[in-house]
Amino acid sequence: MITEEREVLVDVQNLRVEFKVRGRRPFVAVRDVSFQIYKGETFGLVGETGSGKTTIGRAIVRINETAAGVIKFRGQKINGVISKEVDRMVTQKIQMIFQDPMASLNERAKVDYIVSEGLYNTKKYKDEDDRRAKVEKALLEVGLLPEFASRFPHEFSGGQRQRIGVARALIMEPEFIIADEPISSLDVSIRAQVLNLLSALQKDKGLTYMFISHDLSVVRFIADRVAVIHKGQIVELAETEELFKNPLHPYTRALLSAIPTPDPRIEREKRVLVYDPSCHDYSKDKPKWVEIKPGHFVMGNNVELSQYETMID
Amino acid sequence: MSKPILSAKDVVVKFSLRGQILTAIRQASLDLYEGQTMAIVGESGSGKSVFTKTFLGMLDANGWVDSGTIMFEGQDLAKLKTEKEWLKVRGKKIAMIFQDPMTALNPLRTVGMQIREVLEMHQGLRGEDAKNRTIEILGQVGIDNPSMRYGQYPHEFSGGMRQRVVIAIAVACNPRILICDEPTTALDVTIQAQILELIRKLQKELNLTIVYITHDLGVVANVAEHVAVMYAGDIIEYGTAEEIFYDARHPYTWALLSSLPQLGIKGQPLYSISGTPPNLFTEIKGDAFAPRNPRALKIDFVHRPPYFRVSPTHIARTWLLDPRAPKVEPPEAIKAMKAKYARYAT
Repeated sequence: MITEEREVLVDVQNLRVEFKVRGRRPFVAVRDVSFQIYKGETFGLVGETGSGKTTIGRAIVRINETAAGVIKFRGQKINGVISKEVDRMVTQKIQMIFQDPMASLNERAKVDYIVSEGLYNTKKYKDEDDRRAKVEKALLEVGLLPEFASRFPHEFSGGQRQRIGVARALIMEPEFIIADEPISSLDVSIRAQVLNLLSALQKDKGLTYMFISHDLSVVRFIADRVAVIHKGQIVELAETEELFKNPLHPYTRALLSAIPTPDPRIEREKRVLVYDPSCHDYSKDKPKWVEIKPGHFVMGNNVELSQYETMID
Repeated sequence: MSKPILSAKDVVVKFSLRGQILTAIRQASLDLYEGQTMAIVGESGSGKSVFTKTFLGMLDANGWVDSGTIMFEGQDLAKLKTEKEWLKVRGKKIAMIFQDPMTALNPLRTVGMQIREVLEMHQGLRGEDAKNRTIEILGQVGIDNPSMRYGQYPHEFSGGMRQRVVIAIAVACNPRILICDEPTTALDVTIQAQILELIRKLQKELNLTIVYITHDLGVVANVAEHVAVMYAGDIIEYGTAEEIFYDARHPYTWALLSSLPQLGIKGQPLYSISGTPPNLFTEIKGDAFAPRNPRALKIDFVHRPPYFRVSPTHIARTWLLDPRAPKVEPPEAIKAMKAKYARYAT
């Protein structure tokens, strides 16, 4: 695949997100992160707890303020101070699906209201009939029955609730969906259903996904390209198969070595690598973000990069 | 193999919920052998936690063991009634660790005190002895600088370290059986690998028998020698890890394995199980998995299948193993696993 020719939908350059801590220096959750997401692809963002992966997603949908850097959507800047029209466009075109379907649905509202809340906010419907028709269509698209609209979230199973979360995003006719650990809190047998639903919707509607997860085996299955994030910095980015074949950064290698495989033979011979950040000597030779091979980016200083060169086959 | 250390037979557990009776465990039987590592897998609501909680008398107040026996060291645990009787077993002989280390620890007491409490209660250690032993245990579970950590509170520990403390509390009394209920679900993969390694180390040092309860088949493949698959309160298949992963026989085990993204082919839909688990308030007729099983036979809806023996270590509760049953092919992903295993063998 020649990446240069593809249309860039989301462009993040040198993003920095800080959280203010009273009386102390601000905590930098995301530092100097740059990546591009192409139209129609699934971009995986993988990292451990506290790595800043969710913060990046939230910065794109304008929940978290950015401290520095530029986020562009369809070539237009969408972070910092923007006009009302652009803000409305962002609210409509970029949607988010959350991890815990119990916590992210208003338990005192009926499904009808939950799904159409975005419509109410943007007044994107002609009349009541139009709104009801849209809710019905969104519910059908995620494999739920239209009559579920008059029920409450607690009447549904985990998988169904997550479908409601997807329906609520779909009704806005978004182009870009940020799915933040959408299947982590679901049961194994339900996970497959939700993954299949997301893939089918992507095919039908030409959606672009950012799939945030800590589970590399799921990301490997669903993502076209994967970025690995560690302590607020992306350390490696490549096409999925390339990343799994040629992991370069020691953190990526440690992460890959730890993935559990449902195969006793492989598991018993598995050797888990441990990542020790002190293995980098960045005192003089500073690390930089380099495209070491077309489409494969890695963070490293000169010594490391020349070492990485030899590792690629 | 030797005699079982714990033997549960035809255990039925019921709960009373808002005036209705729910049957959570439907005649489940399980033998645990000394030094064994066994994993119980199943979805949430399959009863895997409830079943093992009966070994410790930890059922919620509205639940009870309705029938069946749980033999451990010559006594029937299902007959124990009072808290006093249970305290001789729970924590001392059979210990349990839980998923979320933050809720398992008391945030208001130091880590040292929480481990020490167990030693004082079950082993009668006092003063310096108790403290020294506590520090020794902290070191044993891989906590650096244990004498300094002794006086710290749970919030000063990271998630992985907290889980180590929980493990320390559980093994403080040298239990014979350690039940680990989703011990690594709340942890990152790299930390998860370390915790599993620690449990393995302790198992060797203390000659523990370990039961893992998990829905993560990757973890199961890593740790388990034997695997029990639970569905709707029943153990539907039991065998060695090899037998379950490479030669599963029950359609539910097939479905569970094939729905894993690791076995899926990119760009193609994953195998997914349709429908939802059965309602445990009503009586289940036939094979509980039949309504969700596209390969179900007619008899599956009428009679509950007995266990069929596949090998000396492998049993499965499915009519497909009956000699009169038609030949049913397992899904592609299962056949692929089997073929892969055959290649290993040669």
